[in-house]
Amino acid sequence: MKEQVLEFEKPLADLAIQLQTLRDHSANQKIDCSDEISRIEAKLDETKKSIYENLTAWQRIQIARHTQRPYMLDYVEHAFDDFFELHGDRHIGDDHAMPAGFARIGGHRCVLIGHQKGRELKENIKRNFGSAHPEGYRKALRLMKLAERYGIPVITLIDTPGAYPGIGAEERNIAEAIAFNLKEMMSLKTPTISVVLGEGGSGGALGIGVSDRVYMMENAYYSVISPEGCAAILWKHREHAPEAAAALKITAPDVEGLGIIDGVVPEPQGGAHHDHAVAADSLKKVIVEAIEDLGRLSHETLLEERYQKFRKLGEFEVAS
Amino acid sequence: MFPKRTLDNLGEKKKDMPEGLWHKCPSCGDVIHELELNANLRVCPQCDHYNILPSGERIQLLTDENTFDELDTDLRTVNPLGFNDYTDKVAKYVKKTGLQDPVVTGRCTIGGHPTALGVMDFRFLGASMGSVAGEKLTRAIECATQEKRAAIIFSASGGARMHEGILSLMQMAKTCGALARHSEAGLPYISVLTHPTTGGVTASFATVGDVILAEPKCMIGFAGPRVVKETTHQDLPPGFQTAEFMLEHGLVDRIVTRTDMRREIIRLLGFMMPALAA
Repeated sequence: MKEQVLEFEKPLADLAIQLQTLRDHSANQKIDCSDEISRIEAKLDETKKSIYENLTAWQRIQIARHTQRPYMLDYVEHAFDDFFELHGDRHIGDDHAMPAGFARIGGHRCVLIGHQKGRELKENIKRNFGSAHPEGYRKALRLMKLAERYGIPVITLIDTPGAYPGIGAEERNIAEAIAFNLKEMMSLKTPTISVVLGEGGSGGALGIGVSDRVYMMENAYYSVISPEGCAAILWKHREHAPEAAAALKITAPDVEGLGIIDGVVPEPQGGAHHDHAVAADSLKKVIVEAIEDLGRLSHETLLEERYQKFRKLGEFEVAS
Repeated sequence: MFPKRTLDNLGEKKKDMPEGLWHKCPSCGDVIHELELNANLRVCPQCDHYNILPSGERIQLLTDENTFDELDTDLRTVNPLGFNDYTDKVAKYVKKTGLQDPVVTGRCTIGGHPTALGVMDFRFLGASMGSVAGEKLTRAIECATQEKRAAIIFSASGGARMHEGILSLMQMAKTCGALARHSEAGLPYISVLTHPTTGGVTASFATVGDVILAEPKCMIGFAGPRVVKETTHQDLPPGFQTAEFMLEHGLVDRIVTRTDMRREIIRLLGFMMPALAA
């Protein structure tokens, strides 16, 4: 598969090519170019630093949507052990956009639920580009109820542009499937942990996201509406998505600043797609810590703290 | 108590008409005097088209006389993201509607049943839900739970309010959380869907009612019809996303006209709050 180079990463790609050419030349001709090589290496490091430490909201969104970004099942491979996938909502069907099952992480049993995108067209059609139908949300709830019964934590990995806005989804009441999850997750008597991996698209993300702990990967975004959708409504054109992305405050640091999440999970320099294993280690550490912390709380404390966590969100003034 | 409304603050566009007196039906084109339209609960006498009913009128229509005690009138919108023009936009709608927010909440009785009522008014910025709306509804639900009242919410909304970003999204979780506790306390929640109920409101408190009622022909959906059409490249089925369609697809329990709404809610509360039934 062809490496996807983002527009703002082009200077890095150019430098990398220069470096490779020089190294090849040096090796083939048996000429010592080490001074020139280290000069370009230094320049590459410097350019990386200046690009990756000053990412705009729109650049982060491009990273969040990068086709080589690790998806749920990549994290399953690197961070989880023994994923036993279960299928179906017991009523209509199985939603491949939302795999779910039993899993182990760091020696802990859990129920794992997430959105899954595809990299190739065929896989993307199977996964519906990570947009779940009502069946996905209902399967998720079915498994959460199992977790509650067995007293094991629920981990949800969020990565969706949004719940699917299709005819069948509307006919089978997608909005109700999400709403019911919001209500049920609030009273689920077992620890719940959510991490936004890439795209946290509105109700489709929140529908598996009402958890005791909510984290975001460093280059993930979490938003009430896609930047394109917001731009189309408020700027009258989708081309203004970069401005909308900045205005909506949807990057992990911004969302953390608004007090919505419990922490940002660090990614390797330039984004998780540069090193899946390192990103997965980072995720695993946060999840295992959260499982161990939450495991010490009584159900009563857990539920009260979960309620208050969401209850306090919102900003307004009281008129005198 | 809510102030008595006059004809000139109903806030609907009346093109090419003597100001405030005549209303042209957007559905059949029939021209009707505002007084007559109001007398008919803003339903067109010719074609039964439902015009938006301002929250004040809705509350008057529904509640026992002189029982509505409005809650949290002092909550004001702020601009947490520093979103361009947002403060001015809200100020414009405050002026236009005489409301502070699309949501009005209060204690009342309906047919003698103690109730906490929330009503959304679509005239105010498409009744989009921001922090104030979410907070008012959550407080009203919590009040209902604490005081053993029924919770009733009349929804109408374009969805979560973009200008408050992720904070608006979180109001969905917050309101549903309060409703979860209300359910656990064994108390009833009736959700009434009016035109149009969409987006984040449909995907939260509006669709988790113990009973879900809807006004005739009102639009109910998650995504807007244009988005569905553009995403799927398919023709939409006839009546797609109407109350009648949603009744057929199992979301709505019953379609109730404006005229019958109070009577039907009193009947329902008689079943749902038996200890207090007459």
